[in-house]
Amino acid sequence: MKKVTEGLKAVAESVALCRPDVISAYPITPQTHIVEELAQIVADGKLKCEFINVESEFSAASTVLGASAAGARAYTATSSQGLLLMMEVLYNMAGMRLPVVITDANRAVSAPINIWSDWQDAITVRDAGLIMMYAEDNQDCCDMHYQAFKIAEDPEVQLPVMVNMDGFILTHAFDPIDFPSQADIDKYLPKFKPLDFLSANNPRSFGLMGGPDRYLETRYAMAETFKSITPVILKAADDFKKMFGRYSGGMIEEYRMEDAETVLVSMGSTISDLKEAVDTMREKGKKIGVLKIRILRPYPAAEIKQALSRCKRVICVEKAISLGGPGILAAELKSAIYSNANKPEVSNFIIGLGGRDVKQDHIFELVEKAEKGVCETEFIGLDMKLVEEMDK
Amino acid sequence: MTTQTAENVKLFNSGHTACAGCGLALAARLVLQATGPKVIVVNATGCLEVFTTRSPQTAWGIPWIHSLFENQAAVATGVEAALRALGRGDEARVIAWGGDGASADIGFGGISGMWERYDDVLYICYDNEAYMNTGIQRSGLTPFKGHTSTSPAGKVSLGNMKQKKNIPAIAVAHGLPYVATATVAYPKDLERKVKKAMEVRGPRYLQILVPCPLGWGHATSDTISMSKLAVETGLNPLFEYIDGKLATAMTVKQKPVEEYLKPQSRFKHLFRDAAGAEQIKLIQEIANSNFAKFKVEAVK
Amino acid sequence: MVAKRAKNILIGNPGTSLANKTGSWRVFMPVYDKTKCTACGMCSMMCPDGCVHGDKIKKYDPDYDYCKGCGVCAKVCPVKCITMKEEQK
Ligand SMILES: Cc1ncc(C[n+]2csc(CCOP(=O)(O)OP(=O)(O)O)c2C)c(N)n1
Ligand code: SF4
Ligand code: SF4
Ligand code: SF4
Ligand SMILES: [Mg+2]
Repeated sequence: MKKVTEGLKAVAESVALCRPDVISAYPITPQTHIVEELAQIVADGKLKCEFINVESEFSAASTVLGASAAGARAYTATSSQGLLLMMEVLYNMAGMRLPVVITDANRAVSAPINIWSDWQDAITVRDAGLIMMYAEDNQDCCDMHYQAFKIAEDPEVQLPVMVNMDGFILTHAFDPIDFPSQADIDKYLPKFKPLDFLSANNPRSFGLMGGPDRYLETRYAMAETFKSITPVILKAADDFKKMFGRYSGGMIEEYRMEDAETVLVSMGSTISDLKEAVDTMREKGKKIGVLKIRILRPYPAAEIKQALSRCKRVICVEKAISLGGPGILAAELKSAIYSNANKPEVSNFIIGLGGRDVKQDHIFELVEKAEKGVCETEFIGLDMKLVEEMDK
Repeated sequence: MTTQTAENVKLFNSGHTACAGCGLALAARLVLQATGPKVIVVNATGCLEVFTTRSPQTAWGIPWIHSLFENQAAVATGVEAALRALGRGDEARVIAWGGDGASADIGFGGISGMWERYDDVLYICYDNEAYMNTGIQRSGLTPFKGHTSTSPAGKVSLGNMKQKKNIPAIAVAHGLPYVATATVAYPKDLERKVKKAMEVRGPRYLQILVPCPLGWGHATSDTISMSKLAVETGLNPLFEYIDGKLATAMTVKQKPVEEYLKPQSRFKHLFRDAAGAEQIKLIQEIANSNFAKFKVEAVK
Repeated sequence: MVAKRAKNILIGNPGTSLANKTGSWRVFMPVYDKTKCTACGMCSMMCPDGCVHGDKIKKYDPDYDYCKGCGVCAKVCPVKCITMKEEQK
């Protein structure tokens, strides 16, 4: 059944369909409507669940960590400063192999304080050991949540999954959303059966100290797990399609790339902007396409390497920056294609930080620039008058 | 032979790597002896966590989890919520514990949140009066004029400048139904308080003073006598608050603070000269005021 | 099974510390004189390593596999029937 719903509320409804046992989250723009909506769903008795109000995101993450360790299906959501406050817990949660699902409404990080969208928050925790999914639109985002629990809880995975949705651009957009029925979701996502959990009937110790004699092996096991997650992610989408008729999946997605000489690479809602620009440029005869990175972790290196084996030029369009370092998407992408016989030139551009509008003209501009020569971490869409004023 | 069999695995087992004479190791065993096996313990980072769980070994015989230095309260909240959500409420009660650093300093926000939520968790602060695991740095519960590596006594300083943060009073102010202090020299009193705390529903707070031979600088054999003197001098009064009212306080014959301070190297700078003697007078005043406040007969 | 492998390192089975014989740390060893022992159980109650066992009939003995020789038992014994002697190694 399709229903026009705001992005955040759609996520809240989708999460409720997954029947989490414990939810704990803390309000922060632009994520807040998720917590509020879930609180209401629980208050109305529509979902039997422990909804825990906490005094910080740090405690929200810790609460779901404890709940998951005790065998519950657990969920939290946050954004920006809140995500960074959770960071220590996220590493711990992943290291303890706890299958929590987390939604991040992607937002800029202070200073200056800014509530609008970019990817800096989640990019900062990309090494924590979370599976990281990026939604292009709100239907995709809802479908990702059903799949996220399935992937996280898979006996071969046992890791937290983070679903990323661009702040405001997706979180506050109203779209017709197709919600599955509770009965169907119950079939797709049966009750959580934890492998190991805290129990008085099996009194084991969780979270032991691992010295130099054992720490390396735990990290090795995590790294190995990440190598074997892709089939689980693909299967979750295939199963979903069998049941619900639509395919929301894949590690990457190629758009008009068949004969493309230039490929724009990005994530999240920016993909929609790029697709629109590509359509325009195609009309003018430019051989250009888009590559969407749907799953950032595990990084789909093989898929990217294959997809970029024919083009001449790659342009990474990024909404986050590693200050003093190379473009984040570009650096990872370069390493993925390094062994290709055909090495396209790789440019990267920083756009849209802190909610700055990404206009179609910006996309045309960056393509033009890249065609003239390789660009490294170049900013697009700057107000140069303001930059000059700042120097005075 | 002490091979691991169902009979000889206890709730808290030997083979842990606490220093010889560690008061904390003793407290952990006494607490679990009082609670029995139907508990799940959440442990903050610190000495207790480190000396009991070096992978793959663990000294615990109860379900136990360690996550971070400062999230023990929220993790306990999550465990407790999960038990309720999964209909396993009768399986176990939840205990969270951490050191004075984890409790009075870095994890305090989380504890306050948990108390306000009124979660059914017994919180135990084991107080060895410094960050021992990282090499004896000061905490909010380091005693006045105690030397630690970050409140060192030197040519112009005589150790820690602040008095102990009054966590029991803060706990009472949160409206906790049960707040108590205990120490290892009085194991029967400790046992009674743990049992009492386990009878109560909602958030409960127990602060247990645990002498640390390494950090306090006393003989390993003096752990119990230090614990006892802390009470007898009035520096660590033992009391219970039930529903916000002082319910019991241990009555003892008061001893001068020097008897407690002298055997501990963390106070040795106070015995060098007149300036030190002045400080001892101030410590005596702290003890006297505690004594005046808590030298009360048990209220029935 | 890779996920399982990690959990095997991260989760410990109850009481496995018993494999760690901390008795090797000892410098002084407590020697119990059972002829004087009244089986009050104080030593057992107060041992930080939980390694003194016994009962009214057998009376009390330290388990030297784990005893670290702290001397707490000797200090708390009400009849002073425990003496700390230098360990002969
Ligand atoms: C966020 C964070 N900061 C600092 C540390 C380092 N650290 C670990 S234990 C500890 C001190 C513990 O002190 P306390 O809570 O009093 O326990 P004790 O070791 O004295 O038993 C510190 C500073 C840490 N693990 N995590
Ligand atoms: S440092 Fe102190 S608290 Fe830590 S194990 Fe040693 S004696 Fe115990
Ligand atoms: S010396 Fe210490 S460790 Fe050994 S038995 Fe006595 S109290 Fe226990
Ligand atoms: S404390 Fe002394 S008297 Fe009491 S049981 Fe131990 S050895 Fe015997
Ligand atoms: Mg401490």
